Parts: sequence; structure tokens; C-alpha cells
Amino acid sequence: MSRRARLALFLPAALVLAVGLLWSFADLPPFGHYSGIYGIVLGHVAVAQREATNVVSAVTFDYRGVDTLGEEFILFAAAVGSAILLRAQRGEDAAGAAAERSDRRADVVARPVRALGAALVAPTIVLGAYIIAHGQLTPGGGFQGGVILASAAVLVYASGQYLAVRVVRGVAPIEIADALGAAGFALIAVGGLVFGLAALHNFLGYGISGSLFSAGIIPLANVAVGVEVAGGVTLIVAEFLDQALMRRRSG
Amino acid sequence: MTALQATALALVALGGTGVVITREPLRQAMVAGVFGILLAVLFFLFQAPDVALSQIGVGSVALPLMILLALSRIHTDEDGDG
Repeated sequence: MSRRARLALFLPAALVLAVGLLWSFADLPPFGHYSGIYGIVLGHVAVAQREATNVVSAVTFDYRGVDTLGEEFILFAAAVGSAILLRAQRGEDAAGAAAERSDRRADVVARPVRALGAALVAPTIVLGAYIIAHGQLTPGGGFQGGVILASAAVLVYASGQYLAVRVVRGVAPIEIADALGAAGFALIAVGGLVFGLAALHNFLGYGISGSLFSAGIIPLANVAVGVEVAGGVTLIVAEFLDQALMRRRSG
Repeated sequence: MTALQATALALVALGGTGVVITREPLRQAMVAGVFGILLAVLFFLFQAPDVALSQIGVGSVALPLMILLALSRIHTDEDGDG
């Protein structure tokens, strides 16, 4: 398409978009004047009802837990899908060649970078575990902590070590983590059916608000999601790493 | 709206424009990572620390990393063809 034709298409479209945006902005409520009824109600009752000081986690893992269950399986499907697609392309020889190349890589990475990466791994794991464990108390939770745990795996790679899946046949620990986390959250949801009134019913004791073991199933669900997200994201990153280290035509 | 929030909004607008006008993919991945941090600051200043935490993890670690790894794979393939 010529430059003139693209411009002729773009300018009217941009004009319509601009008018539409201005029109809809004019009817927005003033800044800071939230008028959604559910948010206001939950802001008032969530701490008293669920003993969870982080109301966001009470919404995502209890009041609207079904949404989170669905989202968790989106990530699970993405991790499984990328593993299936990317592994179909690689033979054992290619994986071996990639492992060799990554072993040589350890000598290429500058020593200060390796030292910094290695020094940051442990604090990152502790931070991730802390964010998961305090999901019902402070901002954060299973997803955020899980991503932080997965970035610890990235740090291992940045410090020159090979973290990708060496096992061509068989099951690696990160895949087990991915599956166990997903299954764990599903079981918690079913537990609501068995011990309570409905799926994802908060069937455990709520404890005292502000303590580590409070808010019923919310901390348990956080741990399950944390394990699942850490496993899933690490699996996707590891598969991409394998691809990056691999030559399609080796040699 | 406080001055901090207005500044963060302006920085996010600038950062987004920066990502678009960066044409070289490798640089673009880096600029996208910085843009991810700016978004995280914006979410934090608008009192959404949960979203800010997710944004730091996904927007400034996972997303640039995926782009970098994909680029690296594309370059290896080009080397193999040459």
C-alpha cells in the first residue's frame, strides 16, 4: 500500500477515534470518585468477614475465586502448550548440543555478572516465598510471589548456569510443580463443595486477622497458585532458553 | 490527582511513545522493560501495589526475556543459514 493510501486510511480513522475518546472522557466520573457498588461494599465488609487484611486477595481467592481458577488454568495451558510445541522440534542430539553450548557459556559470562547473579538468587527466593506466604496480609500473593520465584531461575541462568530441562524423556521437577500447583487450587475449590456449601466456599477457620494463618483457604490457595506460577513461568522460560541455545541445523 | 501521579502518567506516555519509535528489536526489548518499570510505578502511585508487583515481574522480567530469547533464536537460525 502506498504512503498516500495509508495516510488516507489512517487520518479519518484517527479522527473518529479521537472524537470517540473525547466524547467518552467527557462523561467519566471525576478523578478519584469511584462509584462501583461492589468495591465499596467489599472494602467495608471483607476484613470483618474473612479476617484478610489484604482485601484484594480476599476478592481474588475467595469472593471471585472462580475467576482466579480460570486464570490459573490459562497459565497452565500456556506452559503445557509451549512445552509440547517446542519439544516436538528438538531431538536428543539437539538437546545435547544445547547443553554443551550452555556449559561453554559459563566461561563467557563476565565474573562480576556471575557473582551478582549468584548473590541475588537466595534473596530473590526468600522474597518470593515471603510474598506468597503473606498474600492475605500485605500486597502480593501467589501470582506475584510465583513470578518472583521464577525470576530467581532466570538469575541462575544469568549467572552462567544451565537451568533448562536436561531431561528429554521423563518429568522434571518444574513440571511437577506446575501440575501440583494447578491441581492443588482445583482441590481447594472442590474442598469447598465437600466441606462447605459451594465450590471455593471458604471452609477453613478464619483465625485472627493479621496473623500468618488467617483468612481460611486464602493462604492455602496462595501457596498452590505460587507453586503453579513459579513452575509454569520457569517451564516456559526454560523451553525458550533451550530454543535459544539450540541451532536448528546443528554443526 | 497529586503531582507525583501526574508525573508518572506523563512518564508512561513518554515511555510508550519511546517503545513505539524504537525500531531495532533488541533495543526495543530493553525500552519495553523500562516502560514496564514506569507502569509499575504508575500502578503503585494509584494505590494498586498488587498490580504493581505483578507488573514488575511480568513487564520488566518475563516479557523482555521472552523477546530476547526469541531474537537470539532468530539470530542463531540466520547464522546457520549463512
